[in-house]
Order: sequence, then C-alpha cells, then structure tokens
Amino acid sequence: MPLPRLIPCLDVAAGRVVKGVRFRGLRDVGDPVELGAAYSEAGADELVFLDITASVDARAAAVDVAARVAERVSIPFAYGGGVRSVDDASAVLEAGADKVSVNSAALARPQLIEELASALGTQAVVVAIDTENGRVRSHAATRDAERDIIAWARECEARGAGELLVTSIDRDGTRQGYDLELLERIGSSVSLPVIASGGAGNAAHVAAALDVAQAALLASILHERPARLVSLRDELRELGVPLRDAA
Amino acid sequence: MKVAVCVYGAGNVRSVELALRRAGAEVVRAETSEDVRDADLAVLPGVGSAAAAMSGLRARGLDTALRDRVAVGRPTLGICLGLQLALHESEEDGGVDGLGLVPGRAVRLRGGRVPRIGWATVDPGSEAYWFAHSYAAETDAVTATSEGIPAVVEHGSFLGVQFHPEKSGAAGARFLERCLSRA
Repeated sequence: MPLPRLIPCLDVAAGRVVKGVRFRGLRDVGDPVELGAAYSEAGADELVFLDITASVDARAAAVDVAARVAERVSIPFAYGGGVRSVDDASAVLEAGADKVSVNSAALARPQLIEELASALGTQAVVVAIDTENGRVRSHAATRDAERDIIAWARECEARGAGELLVTSIDRDGTRQGYDLELLERIGSSVSLPVIASGGAGNAAHVAAALDVAQAALLASILHERPARLVSLRDELRELGVPLRDAA
Repeated sequence: MKVAVCVYGAGNVRSVELALRRAGAEVVRAETSEDVRDADLAVLPGVGSAAAAMSGLRARGLDTALRDRVAVGRPTLGICLGLQLALHESEEDGGVDGLGLVPGRAVRLRGGRVPRIGWATVDPGSEAYWFAHSYAAETDAVTATSEGIPAVVEHGSFLGVQFHPEKSGAAGARFLERCLSRA
C-alpha cells in the first residue's frame, strides 16, 4: 500500500478560503493559492478544496481556483462542490485539478458516478459520503438521503468511484477523534481507498484513523495554519506513522 | 529545449505543461504529427481509459508520429496511462491495442486497494512519487519498481513512468529536470 496521506481541506466561497461553524458566520481567512502552497510546503500529501456555497456560478469559480492553484502547487488536489456533470468535472480537471469530489449530485443521480468514471477514469472520482446517526446525509448534511451507509458505499464502488471520502457529521468539529468503527465498517465493505474525515483533535486521533483508512482529511485541527501541519507530521512520525519525506 | 506535450483528449495536459515549464523547458501543445516529430522531447501524458485514449491518438495521427520518433531514437516520455499505451496491448476496456513501442501489456492491479492512489517509494532510489492507477505494465523492460509494481520502463529511446512526476512535488521536479538534461 502507498504511504498514509495527510490531506488539508480548504473550504472555499467566492474564490476565497473561508472558515465558519456549520456554514454560519463565514470569515475570510485567505487566498486558496497562498494557503494551498503553504500547506504543500509544510508537507501535505494532497489538498482538497471544497466550495461550500456551490452557487450557480460554482463551475466558473472552481475552474478559476483550480487553474490558479495548479500554477503554484505541484502536489495532487481535488475540487468538490458544484460539480454536477461530466462537463463541470472536465473543466476543473483541464484547469489542473486531479480529482473531483461529488456528494449530493451523486445521491440525486447515481449514474453521474459512472459518467465521470468513464470520461475521466475512476482515479479522478471521489465520492464524499456524509454520515450522521448511522444515516447518509445530503445537501451539506441538511437532509436524510434515505440510504444505508454500507449499501451506498458499495454502490459507489460498483459505479466506478475511485475513493470514498467518509465524513462523520456527528464527530465533525468535536475534536473527539474520528469515527473509527464507521471507517472500519466501510473500509472492509469496499476495496477502494477510504479518506477519513471529521473529529480530529490530536495526532493520536489521526494515527488511529490512518490505521483503518488510507488518508486523513484535516480541517479544524489545522486552523488554517500550515505550521500546525509541520508539527502534526512530526508527532505522527513519533507515533510510528510512516509519512513521506516531502523535501 | 523544446518539449512537445501530446494533446489528444486524455491527458492532464496543463499540469504536465506547468511542471515542465517549472523545470525549464519550452513547451508546445502537440496536436499534430509534425509537432510530435520535431520536438527534442515528446511527452505522452495520460489519465482516464485506454480505449478512449488510443482512439484520441489515432484520430490525430499522433500514434504514427510517436512510433516514428522512437524508431529513430528520439527521447519520448510516457506518464501513467501514457506508459501503458506504449505497450503492445492493454487488458483494460475488454482489450485494447497499444502503440507497441515497448513489448508487453498493461494488466489490472491485483491485491491491495484499487485504484492504487498515493505516494510510494520507487526502488532503486529513495524518493517517493505520487501514483494513481488501476493497471500496470507487465514487461521485461522494467527498470524500477514500487512495492513490487512496475514504476519505470525503459526501452530504446522510450522512458515510461507509472507515477505522476508533474504531481510529485520536489521529487517530481527533480525527475523532470533529469529527463530534460538527458534529452
């Protein structure tokens, strides 16, 4: 297996990195290119940019951010939010992104996963699965998607997903640790790489997630501070997690 | 140093172009056989499926141009799917004829999580590069491996890498600089 991956996640709105609690009180915390480049230099293995507004002109915003990031950053990155068609995804990938992440659009029309995989290759298709109280949630976790988590994970794989980004909404922002039981259940149900998300509070939490998943998404634990990624990587190495030498 | 990056509808052309520029190359987007023949180095990037990629190459006559280049010993670099297309055939998409630049075939990865995505060390050497693939080369021309999986293939003037140097940070940049200085 390739080395465990640390993936900082940057929430984007109108071309800026923003921070807020559950989509409220959004605050501008910087430029996606500058923060992305700083995380890359701090040893990020990949990056995820997530348009949390997914507004009507989300595609133009996505292409603009992807194009600017690709000019500065030479590690892989995914873009999520506002990708609803093969055309949307192709535009983002042509600009320089390596993957797109889809969530509600795939729940609304699962065929989208097959269309993306066939046009772009499975390696470019991340399906984000938000879970709360044992249920799949959609529309930024505001609605019950009325699907069983394991059944949906298997369906994503069968339709051509390349990775699953599994977020525990219950744990998100709590800093109490990832939902390891959920990650283990999904990981043993599919043979795709799984990216763990939601709940990281310290290095031990991240190390535990990387035991059952292939990558860990890092959001609030970093506080948009690339220096925190440097110290986190050191702490993880001390815990015996084999990380790549990014120099 | 003039580098032609093949544009045929199945590559992350912009990422490859940007990385080559950072490494000091003058890059042209090659959509015709002339562009491919004339360059000091031709690069065949590739993401996506083998069948669509091969028909994209054929439709533009780039398949013949690449064969002509390699036949006269001009440096040619295949990346990821670009390496797999260089082989005689691929078992992807129910079986696809490749460019035949290198004897061998592309076979589906067995074991481990597929697609195989992430950073892994390439041996010999100590550098880790970024991989994202579901198929790999099966050929006698392998010169480096990663976790036992073919990572570098060399045959005549063709060099193929299964990893993505354009997305492999500082290690990838060093690799591309070496390619440019060899070409």
